[in-house]
Amino acid sequence: MSGFDFSTSIAQTSLPNPILTASGCAANGKELSAFFPLDQIGAVVTKSVMSQPRSGRATPRMAETPSGMLNAIGLQGPGIDAFLKEDLAWLVEHGARTIVSIAGESVDEFAALARKVRGAHGVSAIEVNISCPNVENRGLVFACDRNSAREVIEAVKRSVGNTIPIIAKLSPDVTDIVSIAEEVVAAGADGLAMINTLLGMVINTETMRPHLANKTGGLSGPAIRPVAVRAIYQVHRALPQVPIVGMGGVLTGNDAFELVLAGACAISVGTATFHDPSAPIRIKQELESLLVARGFSRFSDAVGYAHRSDQ
Amino acid sequence: MAHSASINPDVTQSECEVISKRKVGAYHHLTLAAPAIAEHAKPGNFLAISIGDMKSSMLLRRSFAIYQTVPRGPFGGTVEIIVAPHGPGSTWITQRAPHEKLDVVGPLGNAFKIPKDPVRALLVGGGYGSAPLFALAETLRQKNSRVEMAIGAATADRIFAPVEGKRSVHSLMIATEDGSSGAKGRVTDLFDNSLSAIDIVYACGPMGMLRALTEIGARAGVLVQCAVEESMACGVGLCMTCVLPVQDKDGVIKMLRSCIEGPIFDGSAVQWDAIGTIPPGTYGAHR
Repeated sequence: MSGFDFSTSIAQTSLPNPILTASGCAANGKELSAFFPLDQIGAVVTKSVMSQPRSGRATPRMAETPSGMLNAIGLQGPGIDAFLKEDLAWLVEHGARTIVSIAGESVDEFAALARKVRGAHGVSAIEVNISCPNVENRGLVFACDRNSAREVIEAVKRSVGNTIPIIAKLSPDVTDIVSIAEEVVAAGADGLAMINTLLGMVINTETMRPHLANKTGGLSGPAIRPVAVRAIYQVHRALPQVPIVGMGGVLTGNDAFELVLAGACAISVGTATFHDPSAPIRIKQELESLLVARGFSRFSDAVGYAHRSDQ
Repeated sequence: MAHSASINPDVTQSECEVISKRKVGAYHHLTLAAPAIAEHAKPGNFLAISIGDMKSSMLLRRSFAIYQTVPRGPFGGTVEIIVAPHGPGSTWITQRAPHEKLDVVGPLGNAFKIPKDPVRALLVGGGYGSAPLFALAETLRQKNSRVEMAIGAATADRIFAPVEGKRSVHSLMIATEDGSSGAKGRVTDLFDNSLSAIDIVYACGPMGMLRALTEIGARAGVLVQCAVEESMACGVGLCMTCVLPVQDKDGVIKMLRSCIEGPIFDGSAVQWDAIGTIPPGTYGAHR
């Protein structure tokens, strides 16, 4: 495979290959490093971190579903200060390119988090997880409301300027994902990450109550892959210049290729790491072989290739 | 939240051949060729096994305590597990034939703490929760400890007490809820008042049993090391689903992962009453 150019870029950030972890599916990298060297993948996307330490939600937090799972973890984490001091420092020390995912309950919290991340050393990009409830707006999820989504991205952009690319993570639980994508790009997002989980519920037929303590949870895994392919395809068509980090049920190199053809210039491997902790490195190898077999000499030539007959 | 615990440093992922499989009561005893795991596993460690292949609709790994290991046998190193087929995933595992391969990650989790000096130990298993206790018994006996074991289950076919395992203990007591084997009643009924001659309790089984043992241990001033059974999605510390509220050394309650910080906890630190909730005062509790 010599000569194949696997590199990609998200705004001004260049990555040696397009395979990333997915936020919330890799903890903060340490555990995964027991299975492969983290510097071998494009970047580690860390678990969305908030301003303060978070206990997360009560258990049960998880339910297995056909070709997928529901989760309601509740953003358990150490808070931004401990994260930067311990987790980020560890990732940088181990040569991992790192995309820090931030989550807030208000526009101000997002802005404050972004300021702290900007001041840290070794951050490749910021993922803005806007799939959180906005406590200042009846708990409505930022990503499901154009105005809230725009306000968060504008505030983060004001905090970081053009120092670090901002990636807005979109929810598929919207009527028109293209209009949300256009809104956040206009507000200053340098890239988009899609799709986040879909909201779902499992009812236990023995207890005859919702299985998760939180009642609802986010659906992930191969079950949602066609939704991801559709969303990426639609958004890439509308905004062909905007980098898209694609995710949603990627379990193999072939799955990743599908998202690339739809328009993703990077691929996050999420739920697959629960099934196979070596999945990111395996998928990287499988995707490279597949691209070479299809005759591509550069990864970037394959991005959005499924759109070619429409243009 | 300082990350005090790390993933088991000996962990590996490998395709492991099923060497043998046999039915033991309601359970299945699987022997897997897993030299790297056999070499490093300690009593209390567990394995995480994936279900089916890449086209499987069941994505989450199933976790099993290691029953015993043979580091150097006729098949190289082997690892044995006891599987109860209570769902589609565990049933799939019990349907594997010899020579088929399983994707196994292990050894995982922490191990039972072994006292330096000889002790009088009581090992308590609920159902197939007794599986990891036999290797523990061997280790304790090598330290000249006295080992008593008590196993309880609903029915006789759910008591896992193999003949070879019985040799590892000085005494074995059995209780079944229907009286089909041993005393009729719960395993905790067997020694309610007899912890006076016990220095340490090790336990593995359902949460209710672990909680009851912790209370008995507290009354007698005896440490109870509990191997918990929390439902896990990955087993390797990524998914944050297997958490439970545990008090740390400073008295702060934290939601700890049973796959990384456990599965073995000091019973008195686990907030048994609060499992399934976020108890007030938990580090980082929602406002």
